[in-house]
Amino acid sequence: MKSDSSDDRSVTAAVRSWIAKPTTTMLLILIGLVVAFSILEPSAFPTVLNLRGTLSDAAILLVLAVGATFVIITAGIDLSVGSILVFSSVVSAKVMEWFGNAGIDAIVVGLLAAVAAGCGWGLVNGILVAKAKIPPFVVTLGTLGAAYGLSLVVSGGLDVRSVPKGLNEFGNDRVAGVPVIAIVAGLITVVAGVVLALTVFGRWTYAIGSNSESARRAGIAVDRQFIAVYTIAGLTAGIGAYLSLARFGTTTIAGNTTTNLQVITAVVIGGTSLFGGKGWMLGTAIGVFIPIVIAKGFIIVGVGPYWQFAAVGVVLILAVFVDQRRRLRAAG
Amino acid sequence: MFDSDTREVLSARAVRKSFGNVEALRGADFDVHIGEVVALMGDNGAGKTTLVKILSGVISPDSGTVRLEGSPVEFSSPIEARNAGIETVYQDLSLADTLDPVANLFLGREIRRSGLLGRIGFVDDAAMRREAQVTFDALNVTVKALRDEVGTMSGGQRQGVAVCRAVTWAKHVLFLDEPTAALGVRQTQNVLDLIRRVRDRGVSVVLISHSIPEVMAVADRVEVLRLGQRVGRFVVSTSSAEEIVGAITGATDLSAA
Repeated sequence: MKSDSSDDRSVTAAVRSWIAKPTTTMLLILIGLVVAFSILEPSAFPTVLNLRGTLSDAAILLVLAVGATFVIITAGIDLSVGSILVFSSVVSAKVMEWFGNAGIDAIVVGLLAAVAAGCGWGLVNGILVAKAKIPPFVVTLGTLGAAYGLSLVVSGGLDVRSVPKGLNEFGNDRVAGVPVIAIVAGLITVVAGVVLALTVFGRWTYAIGSNSESARRAGIAVDRQFIAVYTIAGLTAGIGAYLSLARFGTTTIAGNTTTNLQVITAVVIGGTSLFGGKGWMLGTAIGVFIPIVIAKGFIIVGVGPYWQFAAVGVVLILAVFVDQRRRLRAAG
Repeated sequence: MFDSDTREVLSARAVRKSFGNVEALRGADFDVHIGEVVALMGDNGAGKTTLVKILSGVISPDSGTVRLEGSPVEFSSPIEARNAGIETVYQDLSLADTLDPVANLFLGREIRRSGLLGRIGFVDDAAMRREAQVTFDALNVTVKALRDEVGTMSGGQRQGVAVCRAVTWAKHVLFLDEPTAALGVRQTQNVLDLIRRVRDRGVSVVLISHSIPEVMAVADRVEVLRLGQRVGRFVVSTSSAEEIVGAITGATDLSAA
């Protein structure tokens, strides 16, 4: 590293812009929550068991939120991810059933099926948004219903419980004490974060969210970028479906009705702007953990589980409020 | 009146374009000489915007020819025009407001890292920042913070970023669509200086403007459109503002010129 004055200046500027990011505020809130719960319940909250549970709970949501971060940076929204997760898990479980539910072949084919199903729905969302020019809210509200309906058709409305034992063991396994699904989710987050921050693909994602017409004039293949981004959201929903099968050993048809809103909440708490063009992956990771830490903390401290929803709502509104204040100050 | 051996870098002949029943261009001609600032003037509805859109590849003419360095060209998209060395700065500047000036300068044409990382799409931010700084310095455009969002910058700075981006890629011609319309007096002066510096780099500038004083200050020549046809060509140093205004309003008919 050179250390001439211009580099010093740019390092200072980088540090200053980091502090100014809404993500930093949310990181401090997350740390504050952890410290507060640890002081209130020093014997129950800061424990390996609780940390492990927190990581397991966060893993699947984090994978979905990674995809949603791309979508929201394009100034879009994806309401269908919970339904895509359900659909992909039903398809995956059925395919594994046909393969006899045993052996590595069933487990591998199940993964492929989940990924393909997720990407398929994502592709549909992307094409409808980019080519048919239907607003993302409407498109994904439609596929939310369609994917959920088709999962009921395929499954007959009953959860598929015959997940391969090996997969279920994998889903509850640990490496060096860390839940495997959390490691998988972490790796996906890191890769996606690198793509977003350091590649042409990431740069174009910000560009189409910032001003899609400007991006088009700059020669960016805007339609293709939108389709790719929604397909990524479908892909992460498919991977989430597979991790969900691995963790619970069953599909969770009725258990994902608010998954989409949890995902959007996490991404927005993490500082990604619903107006598009802004956001980063570390923020999304923090945004996933805040609601989960609140939920765990409230239960452990004895506040009662129902209060968590109210608390998360307050944090969400606070996050957007802080972001807007900062934006106004920057503009003024 | 004209230096007849000045080579034309870009020219349009007998260009026609209709939108439904409206004839926007009715056999319009237009010439851009090498290394000049030429102002394209005309009242609202004269066809300026349509002509610029045709020359920059946004729309195709119904008939007529466009020549670049003497060879006929047919741009089917702005990208093709840009690849041929023709850049346009639109009135809205076409910036991505949430990105920084460097990202905007290289938008759609990002410099990639060398080797395998570059091939899988990694951008070289350091190289882009260096080159951007060189461009900003060369054109004397003040961009205080290369990492700030352009959305938070002043109108003059944003105009500067947009012009620098266009100049970075313009080999032949730079179209500026009313670049000073939203600017104050001092910022306008800066943009006019910037236009001269661009010309001095050998890039021809087409300035679309309504402001006679501005045009008299910066342009070498003026071409005037009225009702979809060229009605006047002036060399600024030998013409008066009254003559130009007369051509724009139709008070003097110079269509034979």
